[in-house]
Amino acid sequence: MTYIAKPKLNHPQAAINTLGFTRRHYEGTISTLCAGCGHDSISGAIIQAFFELSIEPHRVAKLSGIGCSSKTPTYFLGGSHGFNSVHGRMPSVLTGANLANRDLIYLGVSGDGDSASIGFGQFAHSIRRGVNMLYVVENNGVYGLTKGQFSATADQGSKSKKGAINSDSPIDLVSVAMQLGATFVARSFSGDKTQLVPLLKAAIQHKGAAFIDVLSPCVAFNNHGGSTKSYDYLREHNEAVNRLDFIPKREEITTDYAPGTVEDIEQHDGSVVRLHKVAEDYDPYDRIAAMNYLQAHAARGELVTGLLYLDREPEDLHSHLGTVKAPLNTLGDKELCPGAKALDAINASLR
Amino acid sequence: MKKQLAAVNDFVVKFANVNGSGSASANTLFAKSIMRMGVPVSPRNIFPSNIQGLPTWYEVRVSERGWLGRRGGVDLMVAMNPQTWNEDVKEIAAGGYLFYDSTKPMPASKFRDDITVIGMPLTQICNRTYTDARQRQLFKNIIYVGALSALLDIDPEAIKKLIAEQYRGKEALLDSNIKAFEMGRDYARAEFKCPIGLRCEARDAVGDQIFLEGNSAAALGAVYGGATVCAWYPITPSSSVAEAFERHCKKFRREPETGDARFAIIQAEDELASIGMVIGAAWNGSRSFTATSGPGISLMQEFIGLAYFAEIPAVIIDVQRGGPSTGMPTRTQQSDVLSCAYASHGDTKHVLLFPEDPREAFELTALAFDYADRLQTPIFVMSDLDIGMNERLCKPLSWDDSKLIDRGKVMTEEMLDAGTAFGRYLDVDGDGIPYRTYPGTHPKSGAYFTRGTTKDRMAKYSEAGPDYIENMERLLKKFETAKSILPAPVRHANKVATRIGVMYYGSTSPAMEEAFELLQEDGIVVDGLRIRAFPFHEDVEKFVAAHDMVFLVEQNRDAQLRTLLMTECEMDPAKLTPVLHYDGTPITARFIAGAIGAKLGAKNAQAQRSAAGN
Repeated sequence: MTYIAKPKLNHPQAAINTLGFTRRHYEGTISTLCAGCGHDSISGAIIQAFFELSIEPHRVAKLSGIGCSSKTPTYFLGGSHGFNSVHGRMPSVLTGANLANRDLIYLGVSGDGDSASIGFGQFAHSIRRGVNMLYVVENNGVYGLTKGQFSATADQGSKSKKGAINSDSPIDLVSVAMQLGATFVARSFSGDKTQLVPLLKAAIQHKGAAFIDVLSPCVAFNNHGGSTKSYDYLREHNEAVNRLDFIPKREEITTDYAPGTVEDIEQHDGSVVRLHKVAEDYDPYDRIAAMNYLQAHAARGELVTGLLYLDREPEDLHSHLGTVKAPLNTLGDKELCPGAKALDAINASLR
Repeated sequence: MKKQLAAVNDFVVKFANVNGSGSASANTLFAKSIMRMGVPVSPRNIFPSNIQGLPTWYEVRVSERGWLGRRGGVDLMVAMNPQTWNEDVKEIAAGGYLFYDSTKPMPASKFRDDITVIGMPLTQICNRTYTDARQRQLFKNIIYVGALSALLDIDPEAIKKLIAEQYRGKEALLDSNIKAFEMGRDYARAEFKCPIGLRCEARDAVGDQIFLEGNSAAALGAVYGGATVCAWYPITPSSSVAEAFERHCKKFRREPETGDARFAIIQAEDELASIGMVIGAAWNGSRSFTATSGPGISLMQEFIGLAYFAEIPAVIIDVQRGGPSTGMPTRTQQSDVLSCAYASHGDTKHVLLFPEDPREAFELTALAFDYADRLQTPIFVMSDLDIGMNERLCKPLSWDDSKLIDRGKVMTEEMLDAGTAFGRYLDVDGDGIPYRTYPGTHPKSGAYFTRGTTKDRMAKYSEAGPDYIENMERLLKKFETAKSILPAPVRHANKVATRIGVMYYGSTSPAMEEAFELLQEDGIVVDGLRIRAFPFHEDVEKFVAAHDMVFLVEQNRDAQLRTLLMTECEMDPAKLTPVLHYDGTPITARFIAGAIGAKLGAKNAQAQRSAAGN
C-alpha cells in the first residue's frame, strides 16, 4: 500500500552477489510504516539475508496475515509472489502452498496479534506439522493498526500508551514453538542486525519448521516507559546466548575462530551455523535444557536471544506424508487420472 | 382372517437395530443380495447422532420398477431394538409383518392385531452355538438375514456369494458366516410358512447399475479431477469423503518407482485451517479441495470471501445436513443453499453444483476442479447426507480418456518470455476471467501480490473507487460467463402440454421421478426441470416463463433456492410455489405428489370462489 514510487537508482558500485544481483533486487516498495518501526529493520535484515544467500527472489513465496507486520512482505523481495491472507490464518495458507510446491522457499511473516492471539491455533499447528518454512513473528506486544491494544505477548503488568495495565499472562511464542516441535527456534531483536541476519540465513536454509521471534518495538504505541517491548527496555534486558555466523554450503568453512569458543552446527542440507558461544553452558541441541534455560531467565526478567534450539536432522511435513519429490503442482493428467479402464474395474466391483 | 400384505419385488423392510451391534454389514448384505437378483433396491441409513448403544435404523425399499426415492411406510419391520419397540411396531403398515427376537416372548399387548408377528428366538439360537460375546452379537445379525432369505424368498446363493466375496482369503470367517446364515434359513423354513406375502423374484431390472455411496463417489471424482491436496476437518456427514479420497489415492496415486504419494491429505485443526490450506495450495497451482457440512461452511466464510475476491480456485464439497446450528447432524436437508451462494461478507456470489446421486457426485466433483481453475473462484458441490452416506443404485461411472485437465488461464514462463503482457486482474478476453501465474514461474516477470484488499488491474493495492468498481463489475461478468460453462438443467420429458411446471434439484431427484408418475395417475400433468447449477442457466428462466405456475421442491424450511431465483432472476415470485420437506428424512414421492395435488386443489378452489364472486 505504497503511494510513493521507489526511486530506481542503483549505485554503479553496489555490491553484487553470486547471481549478479544487488540488494535492490531484494527490495520491495517503500514502507508506509511509522518512521523508526522495528518491522522496517526486520525487512532490511530479510533483504540482506536473501541477498547474501544469493537466492533468486522468485523462488520465494512470502505469506502473511493481517496487521502492521503482515504489511511488510510488500517492502521486500518485490520479485516474489506474495500473499496477504486473513488475520491469523497465514499458517494454513502457507501449509497449503507448501504442499503444492515443495521446491519454493516459504517465508511466513506475522505479528504477535496475528500469531499469539487470533492465529495462535494456526501458528501452533503449522509448527507441530513441521512445515518447511521460516516463520518470523515481528513481536511488539501491541496492536498497531487498531491503535494500541495489548496483544497476547504483552507482559503482565506492562503499561499501554494510554496507561492501562495488562493483567493477563503473556504467551511466549518461543517456548510454545519449542514445545510443539519446531526444529529451529531463535529469538532476536530488530535492533540487532548482527545477530538477526545470520539467524535468518540459517533459518531460510533449515529444512523444517524454523521459527524466529523478533522483538520489534512499536514506536507509535509501545515505546514508552511502562512498556517491556520498548527499545530501551529490550536493550537493557537482552541476554544473547550466542552470536553466530551462517556459512552456506557452497562456501568453504573457515577456521578463523579459536577452538573452544566456536561451535559449527551442520544443518540437514550441509550448511553450517557457526555459534560464538558467549554462554558457555548453553547447549542449543537439547530441547529440554533450552526450555529450562529460557524459563529461568524469564523469571529474572531477562530475554534470551540467539539460536535457542536446533535439530540437526529435521523432518518436514512432506517427509511425514511421504510425498513425491516432484512438486504436486507439476503432476499432469498421466500421473493424476487413473483413466476409464480403472473406472470400469471400479464399476465392476460395485455390482 | 387377518389381512396380509402381498407383493412381489415391491415393499419396504426396515431394520431397527442398536448402534454398535454390528448390524450394518448384515443389513447391507440383505440389500445387496436382492440387487444381485436383479431387483433394484434403495437402502437408507437412518440414525440419530450417537456413537454406541442407541437406536439406528436401516430401511430398504425393494422396487422392481426402479424407484429409488424413499417410499415411506414399512411393510416388514425387523425389530431388534427393545428401546424403540413401541414406535417401530407403530410404523408397520396395516397387514404388514413384524419379525422379532422371541427369546424373551412379548405379551400380546405389545403387538398389534392387524399385523403378522414372526418371532424367532435369535439370542437363544445364537447362545446355543457361540460362546464368545462378540460372536453372539455379530452372528445374531447373520442368522436373521438367513431367516429373512427364507421368509422373503431371497436367493440363498446370492447371499452366500456375497459373503464369499466379503471374506475372500479369510476362510475361518467365511465358513462361520455361512454356517450362521444357514442356521437362520433352516430354522425359518422349518418353523414358519415361507415365503410370506412379500417376496422377491429374480428379474433383470438392475442392468449394469452400480451400488455406491455419494461420498465415496465424490472422492473418486476428486481423484479423476486431478486433486492433489485435500485438507479437511471431521464432521458428519462429510468425513467419509476425505477418508475415501485417501483410500482411492493409496490405490491410484503412488509413484510406481518409489511408492511415494502423489497426493497430500491433511486433517486440519479446524475448518478455518482446512479451507486456508485449500486456498494456499490452489494459489500455488495444485488442485485442492475440502469436504464439510453446514457448520464447517459457517466457519469458512472469511476465507471463502478471500478466495472470491482474490480469485483463487477452491473446491468445497458440502454434504448438507439438518441445520441451523448443530441442528440434526445425522439427518438430511438442502439448507445450505443460501449460505453457500452468498458465503462471506460484502458482495459475493458463488458457483453451486447440485448432484442428484453418486454418479453425478463423481461427475460434478471431477468437473468442479475444471470450473474452479477456469473461473478462478470457489466452487461448491452441494451434496447431502442422503446422497453422501447411503449406498445408492446409479448408472455406472464413466470417464472419457480424451478429456484433459483444464487449468484455465495460466500464464506460463514461455508466454512471459515471449513478452505476453501480464496484469493479474486484466480482463484481456472480455469474459471477466484474468490470467494468473503460479508462484515461482519466472525470474523477472509474472510475480504479483495476492491480497483480500482491493486492488487495481495490475494487482497493486488501490482504494480508488473506480478501481474497486471495475474489479467488482468484472467479477460479475465472470459470474455471467460461468452460466455458459456450467451444466445445463435437465428437462423431464412430458408428452402432454401443460402450464404447470416443477423444478427441483439434488437428492430430490429420485423421489421426483416417481412423483411425476403419481401425479399423472391423479390426472395432474406437470413439466419438470432439474436445476444443476447456480448461476442459473437461461433455460431456468425460460422454463418459468413458459408455465403459469411452477412448483419448487426443496428440502429446507425457507425455500432457499426460491429466494435465490427471486433475487437473481427476472421472474414473478408469485409464480413460484414452494413445496418444502424438512423433517430430516429424505423426501418421498408421496409427499411431493400429495403437496402438489393439495396446492393445486386449493388453487382451483380459490379460482372457483373468485369466479363465483366470493
